[in-house]
Order: sequence, then structure tokens, then C-alpha cells
Amino acid sequence: MSPVVPLASLPFARAVCVLVDGEQVALVRTSDDTLYAVDNLDPVSGAMVMSRGIVGSRGDRDVLVSPMHKEAYDLGTGECLDLPDVWLRVHQVQVRDGQVVVGLAQDVRRPA
Amino acid sequence: MSRRTLVVVGHGMVGHRVVEVAVARGLTAEWDVVVHAEEGVHAYDRVALSSWFAGTALGLPAVNDPAVDLRLGDPVVSVDTEVRTVTSASGLVTPYDALVLATGSTPFVPPIPGSTGPGRFVYRTVEDLEAIKAFSVGKTTGAVVGGGLLGLEAAQALQTLGLATTVVEFAPRLMPVQVDPGGGEALRRLVEALGVEVRLGASTQEIVDGPGGLRMSFADGADLDVDLVVFSAGIRPADALARAAGLEVHERGGVTVDPGCRTSAPDVYAVGECASALGRCWGLVAPGYAMAEVVVDRLLGGAGTFEGADLSTKLKCLGIDVASFGDAFATEPGALELVWADPVAGVYKKLVVSDDAQRLLGGILVGDASAYASLRPLVGSGLGVNPAELIAPSSSGVQLELPDDAQVCSCHAVTKADLCAAARATPDVSAVKECTKAGTGCGSCLNLVKALVGKEMAAQGLTLSKALCEHFTYSRSELFEVVRVRGIRSWSQLLAEHGTGKGCDTCKPTAASILASLGGGYVLDGEQGTLQDTNDHMLANLQKDGSYSVVPRLPGGEVTPDQLLVIAQVAKDFDLYTKITGGQRIDLFGARVEQLPLIWQRLVDAGLESGHAYGKSLRTVKSCVGQTWCRYGVQDSTSLAVLLELRYRGLRAPHKLKLAVSGCARECAEARSKDVGVIATENGWNLYVGGNGGFTPRHADLFLTDVDTETLVRTIDRFLMFYVFTAERLQRTAPWVEATGLEHIRDVVIADSLGLCGDLDAAMERHVETYSDEWADTLADPERLARFVHFVNAPEIPDPSIRRVPERGQSRPLLPLRVVR
Ligand code: SRM
Ligand SMILES: Cc1cc2nc3c(=O)[nH]c(=O)nc-3n(C[C@H](O)[C@H](O)[C@H](O)COP(=O)(O)OP(=O)(O)OC[C@H]3O[C@@H](n4cnc5c(N)ncnc54)[C@H](O)[C@@H]3O)c2cc1C
Ligand code: SF4
Ligand code: FES
Repeated sequence: MSPVVPLASLPFARAVCVLVDGEQVALVRTSDDTLYAVDNLDPVSGAMVMSRGIVGSRGDRDVLVSPMHKEAYDLGTGECLDLPDVWLRVHQVQVRDGQVVVGLAQDVRRPA
Repeated sequence: MSRRTLVVVGHGMVGHRVVEVAVARGLTAEWDVVVHAEEGVHAYDRVALSSWFAGTALGLPAVNDPAVDLRLGDPVVSVDTEVRTVTSASGLVTPYDALVLATGSTPFVPPIPGSTGPGRFVYRTVEDLEAIKAFSVGKTTGAVVGGGLLGLEAAQALQTLGLATTVVEFAPRLMPVQVDPGGGEALRRLVEALGVEVRLGASTQEIVDGPGGLRMSFADGADLDVDLVVFSAGIRPADALARAAGLEVHERGGVTVDPGCRTSAPDVYAVGECASALGRCWGLVAPGYAMAEVVVDRLLGGAGTFEGADLSTKLKCLGIDVASFGDAFATEPGALELVWADPVAGVYKKLVVSDDAQRLLGGILVGDASAYASLRPLVGSGLGVNPAELIAPSSSGVQLELPDDAQVCSCHAVTKADLCAAARATPDVSAVKECTKAGTGCGSCLNLVKALVGKEMAAQGLTLSKALCEHFTYSRSELFEVVRVRGIRSWSQLLAEHGTGKGCDTCKPTAASILASLGGGYVLDGEQGTLQDTNDHMLANLQKDGSYSVVPRLPGGEVTPDQLLVIAQVAKDFDLYTKITGGQRIDLFGARVEQLPLIWQRLVDAGLESGHAYGKSLRTVKSCVGQTWCRYGVQDSTSLAVLLELRYRGLRAPHKLKLAVSGCARECAEARSKDVGVIATENGWNLYVGGNGGFTPRHADLFLTDVDTETLVRTIDRFLMFYVFTAERLQRTAPWVEATGLEHIRDVVIADSLGLCGDLDAAMERHVETYSDEWADTLADPERLARFVHFVNAPEIPDPSIRRVPERGQSRPLLPLRVVR
């Protein structure tokens, strides 16, 4: 788990991209202050753009929407809500004395 | 039990489908699959081959399963059915437990003197197309031997390569296999109208190399000089490998197989165009796919059989619709033919019906095949309506009730029942395409698929709702009223008072646009920034590799030499791909986020400003040089274009806005294809509204005649604002004008029937007064600049995934490989 940014620097309801141990991670802070960390790689377009997507909700799930072709991903599970067999890796994220710390998910398999 | 080995010979459309099905149905749990491919590339969509010239990527989705071993560019040269091995060109010997031949066909080249050599080509593989393209450079003429389905496609290809093209057909009509003499005649007219020369009943005797290229001579003594010849005189099943291996082949060619796709040798199967099933070869992809399913089913112990397939074809080549389906040549005894032809419009429609006119047997459509998708599934079943209505000019409106077992998608054999079941489960077009595959082949059934899914959705009350999304029950226009009347100023207020949840990529940008239209000021500060799509968020257009494009505004298309120098220098310094756009300005592609402010600083310093290429807002006001230079111009069209562009720049709208001004009736600015078009007259200006190019082109309607500039501008102000007030999300002015009615719009903006003009004028005044350049404002404020980094925790590191390769003296993206689909 490595500290990446001060929590205070994160905007609400928008994602940012951070570099964690050489990997690109999209950090999301929702409007009700929940934190998520997922891949910045858009698995459909192959471009590093997830952090530029719009943050919102579908039903009671928090979602991040790819800015490229608008597929929505459940931030909790990483599952794509618009395409089968597509998902984002979900990384561990927590706050330790004001710093956001991220632990990369080792496992590349799709979420259960 | 130990793993078994399936060897697939041929990695074309059907060979690949065998592998896909094998993986999908779990065969690879017990079998390893070895694929030998002659072509050096992964399987691709041969059906769409011609779109290769348009740069379309044809590759079919790869299967990733460790049990599959794909050996590209290593054809099989021999098969030993005794010891059960195949030997490849590279000398690999692979034992098999089961063998599938999927070697397809090879183009037939008539054995006439001079049929091979430089300048002679066939049309089957990407390699063939590459060779044709390379050879055609600097050439001017070409001929296609064969006027069938593929021949016409080849002719279209030669035309797009800029060659004056002649189609040479042995038969007395084009597409003799698909259409009858009447249809062939209509087709010939249409093809010739497109500038392709057609020679019918011409049999090529010989081709000789002359000083000026190739000379083709025909049986009737005539001859034709061309630079290159493409043979498209039919195909022959690629059965050589099977013959050499001693397998039984059909007298007319093709590896003989039984309904289980089994050849004469044990555990050896043949599928696709190389197979002769039910006594014939099947030259379409759908039957091949059906055979692929059969073989895998057999390997899994099933008893699947190939029962033949629908050979209906619909194609659009040289932009001409041609469809033939069912018993097109009325071979059934007593069959009646109904023909409707309009030689002038080049439309020919024939329906074949049973003697009692109750059942549809088949048909031929040339020039207008719009009825194909709804007619084909009806073949063999009752008509219910007077057949004449189906092909009469007004037929488009006729609604048909399809029987449940009617095949809607022939590429993927999806029936109406399957489709509707899927639509009931997931009432969403893309989801239904996803799970049934319907519409994902040739695409000709798409409209029908959409219509049927739409029906199911309507049944569930889904399309009826005009709710913007799950977070707002209002439509965009209703939401606009709410915001305007209640004077709502922020997203959180709007969501709290009128919405639910946290918003999404539909309602957030819509709200941002509404707030901006009503004078929300700078579009990216605080909360409003979080609502924006990445294009508005970065004030630039996202490109497929994650970089952005930069489009400075060039009002009216005018640019000074000094501005050009700055643009050129910036493009050089940041290695930006530079292109003249279709909107009379310059687009610089490939900027990384952290480069955007540096680029714009230099453009702004040179007096340039944002062109809002990224916004749902004014794009360009296209102009012609007009009176100032043109010897025909009757008004100063360029000055008016500049005035209008400066007045409406930055105006946020339900969709983008495009205007144009022409200096005379010759209309060089194409004003009638724009949302608002102005055309100069001797006495002033004519105003046109509601034009559109794009997906559904529409000519603009005449709105005002011979008005002075002041009246003109006031009317455009009101027209645009009324559109902004009342249009739906992503509704261009063209559909809005049709939905609202031109007369109603006239009443509102000219006669002020709603007493709304005061508000419209005021809103536009506010826009004009408060406009300021978003990029200048951004550069002036360090906080606003903060977002232009890739890694917020390592601002100095650019996105390493963005890479470039050279092309025609500039840079283009080294495309990220797509991870799925
Ligand atoms: C750059 C350009 C093509 C070119 O190389 O010339 C272009 C590029 C794009 N067009 Fe276009 N269009 C361009 C001229 C046109 C034209 C021709 C014209 O404007 O005279 C049309 C048809 C005229 C019309 O709009 O009625 C056109 C019809 C579209 C459409 C279909 C709109 C419709 O009503 O059906 C879209 C899709 C959409 O907007 O939803 C589109 C969307 C796009 C987008 C924004 C797609 C996207 O989101 O990435 C492209 C991105 C531009 C970029 O990255 O900078 N573009 N596009 C042209 C930019 C013009 C400019 O200077 O702003
Ligand atoms: C321009 C064009 C347009 C078409 N349009 C349509 C259409 O609109 N609708 C439609 O249904 N069909 C269309 N077709 C036909 C369709 O493409 C074929 O029916 C389909 O590709 C047949 O698939 P296949 O796998 O049997 O043969 P192919 O796709 O030809 O694949 C055979 C593969 O096997 C390889 N091969 C041959 N011998 C060996 C060997 N000894 N070892 C290893 N590999 C070998 C070949 O190189 C080739 O890659 C079109 C074809 C063309 C050329
Ligand atoms: S529209 Fe008229 S004025 Fe403008 S360039 Fe064409 S001919 Fe000349
Ligand atoms: S008929 Fe070709 S995709 Fe459906």
C-alpha cells in the first residue's frame, strides 16, 4: 500500500489519474465522499482514459463512465454494466492520516 | 482421458467460426485446437473486404484460450488420412484426432491467353487489395471481368481508386445469378449513371501487353485498352488438398460432405465454401457458419445437421441497393410475378407469389431495397396484405406482421421469436444485438431488429417515457423550462429539488449545457466542471488514443498569413497532425493534456480563440468569398459570416450548430445543408433553417426572403434561442423543425404568438454581452490550469501510453490494441 495524494486535493464527483508502482489508476471520490480506485485503462478502447469519465450512479451503484464510448462500470465490483465479460480491476484504497493510500489488485480475473 | 487434437485447415471466416464455437461450447476443455492459416494475418471479415479501401479494420475478434494454437502464414501442404497427420509448408507434422477443412474458395481466372502477369489481379484477400492499390498509383483506367456481385464491388473499388472503370460481363445482363432481365436493365442504367462503363455479352478472348498498358480483345472483334484488369469471374472451391488426400469430391468441385459435414475419410470434416453439401457449394458466409456449428456439435457427440440455408442477398454496391430472395426466378409452377418499375428513377421491384397470390415466394429489388428486411422473412408464409401494396412507391409505410418463426437475421439465423424473447429480457437494442448477434453481420437487418425491439420496449412502456434518464423524469426541454422559470443556478440545487441519485453521463452534461445556455458563465468552475464530458472538461476533443485535438476559431474561414505561421509553428513544435477540416478551419490532432495550455497560450497570444469543436455549441459559419472577389457575388457573404460567427460563438445548445452564408444563388457555401443558411439575393438575404448533413441529410427550408441584415440577424437570434429553449437532448435543428413545425416556429419568432420574443431577445443579448473566450479565461487562472496533468501525483510524467508513428510526413497514433471486441 503506497500513499499517493492528500485526500484534500481530490475533487468530489470527478476522477483523477494517479501513478501507483508504475501502474495507472483512476481515483474516484463520489459526491457523498466514498473513495474508489480502479484501472485507468479503458478495456474497450485500450486507451488510458477512465479517469476522464463522468462519475455518477445507476440504481444504488456508484459508476464511472468511459469517456470514449460511454460504457458504465460499477465502481464497487469493477463490472461493466453495458457489456458482458468486460470489467475494470478494483484496487484497495483507504485514507491514512490525510493521505490516500492505494494497494494494487494482484488478481486480473473478472470480479465474482 | 488424455487430451485430443482438432486440426483446422484454413483461418478464414468459417475456419475462425469453428474455433469460436469450439471455445464457446467448451470443446477446448478436452481438445487442443491447432489452426493452420495460409494468410499471414488473423482471420478478418471478408464480407466487408471492400471497406478495407476506406481504412476500416476488418480483423475478427480473437479468441484467447491457451488450448488454441494459431499458426499464421503456414499453410497445410498435405494430409495423410491413414496415419492421421497434416504437414505444413514449414515442415510441421501434426497428428489429428479430428480434422476440419475450411480452405474456402479461390477466384476463377478464365484460361485465356495473357490472363496472368503484371496488371492482372483477383479480388479475394486483403493482399489482393494491397496489390491493386499499389499498382493503381498513377494509373487512369481499369476493367473488371465479371459483372456479378463481386465484380460490381471490385468496380466500385477501382472507381474509388480514381480509375475510369469498365465492367465486362459475358452474360447479357449484370448480376445474372441474382436478378432477371428487368432487374439487370435497371441495374445497368444505375451503374452507368455512376460513370462505370458496362459491356454486356462480351467474352474476353485475349489480353496482350501493349505500350500503353493492357489491350483486351473480345469475341466480337472489339477491343479495350486499360492499365489493369481485375478478374471476378466466379470462384472455385479450394479442394486441391482434399483431392490429393484421396477424399471424395463433387463433380462440380467441392469436398463432398454429408449433412453432418463429414467427408469420405473418418473424422475429417469440411465446412464453408470448400465443402459441397447437399450436392452444392454455398458461396455465402451464413451457411458456412451453420456448418461450423454442426461440426463442433458432432465433436461434442451431438447429431447436428446442415439443412441448407437462405441464399437471399442484399448488397449496396456503387451505392445501389440490390436484393434478391426466395424463388426470385419464379420457378415454382403457377407462380405469379408482380413487377413495379420506374425506369427514370432506376427502380425495379418484382415479387413472386403463389398462384392464389396468398403466399410470398421470393422477389427482386433493384434501386430501392428498403422493403427487403421486412419482405424476406415473409417468404413461404401468408401475405395478409395485397402484394401490390408491398412494392408500390408508397410501400414504405406498409406494416407487416411477421410470423414468429420468420428469420429476421439471416447472417446469424435469428428468428423473430428469439429476438423478441431477448428484447423482453433486456429491452435495449445494443443488449439484444449483444446476446443474439442479430444485426452484427452484414447489418442489412438492423432496421428490422430496431423496429422489433422498439415494439417490445413500447409494450413495456419504455419508449413512451421521455425521461432524460433514471435521475430525472423530465425531458431536456422540460428541464430547461424548470431551470429557467425557477431560476435554478446549480446542479446540486437541480438534483435536490427535481432529481434522484447522483446523476450520470446523460443528465450531467445536459444540465451543464442548460446552465451555460442561461448564462452560467465560465463552464468549468467548481461543481459545473464536474458535470462536463471530457471534451468540454479539457476544452478539446478526445481522440481514440487518449490525446486531444485543438481547433482554433477562424471566423468565416478567414485566416491571416501571420496566424497561419503561428499555427504551423505550434504544430511543428508539438508534433501535431494537421488537417483542413470539413468546416473551413484547421484541426491539430494528438495533443497530450499537459500540452493543451502551452499550445493554447501561443494561439491566444496570436489573437486566436477557442473554436468550440468540443462543445454542443456553434461550430462554424462557412462562407464563400462573395461579392468582394467573386465575379458573381451580389452581397458581402464573408463579412456577414464573420459577424454571425462572432455573435453566436460559444452559445451552448442541445446539439452543435452550423451556419453558412453564400454570396449568390450558386451557393458555394452549401448554406442549405446547415442549421441556419443565408443566401445572398439582389435585394438582401434569403434565410433558410433546419438543414443538416451528417447522418440524416436534410435541405433547409426557406424562412425569410429578401430581408435586410438587421431583420435577418434578429430572426436568427430568435430562431436559435427558441431551439435552445425547446429542443430535446442531442436533437439537431433539422428534426426539431420537423417536430415543431415550420409554421409554428414562424408564428413564435416572427408573429410572437407566444409572447416569447422578449425573453428570446433578452437571452441572446445576455449571451452576446457575457461571451468571453474559454481558453483565454482558463490560461489566466492557475486554479483552472491545474486539471491539465495526466498523473496528479506525478505531474512531470506524460501519459506513457500515447505513442506516435509517421504517416505521409506527419504523425499518427500508434493505436492502443483493443482489449475486447
Ligand atoms: C474534424 C471534422 C472532420 C474533418 O476532418 O474535416 C469532424 C470531426 C468530428 N465530427 Fe463531424 N467533423 C467535421 C465536420 C463535419 C461535417 C461537415 C461540415 O460541418 O460542414 C458534418 C456534416 C454536416 C452536419 O453536421 O450537418 C459532420 C457531421 C458530424 C456528425 C453527424 C451530425 C448529424 O447531425 O448527424 C457527428 C456526430 C454527432 O455530432 O453526434 C460528428 C462528430 C464529430 C466528432 C466530434 C466525433 C467525436 O466526438 O470525436 C469528430 C471530432 C472532431 C475532433 O476530434 O476535432 N460530425 N462533421 C470536421 C470538423 C469541422 C470543424 O471545423 O468543426
Ligand atoms: C469481396 C467479397 C464480398 C463478399 N460479400 C459477401 C456478402 O455480402 N455476403 C456473404 O454472405 N458472403 C460474401 N462473400 C463471401 C464470403 O466472404 C465467403 O462466403 C466466406 O468468407 C467463406 O468463408 P470460408 O472460411 O469458407 O472461406 P475463406 O473466408 O476464403 O477462408 C478460407 C481460408 O483458408 C485459407 N487456406 C486455403 N488453403 C489453405 C491451406 N492449404 N492451408 C491453410 N489455409 C488455407 C485461405 O487462405 C483463406 O484464408 C464475399 C466475398 C468477397 C471476396
Ligand atoms: S456563392 Fe456566388 S459569390 Fe460565392 S463564390 Fe459562389 S458564385 Fe461566387
Ligand atoms: S442479416 Fe446480416 S446482420 Fe442480420
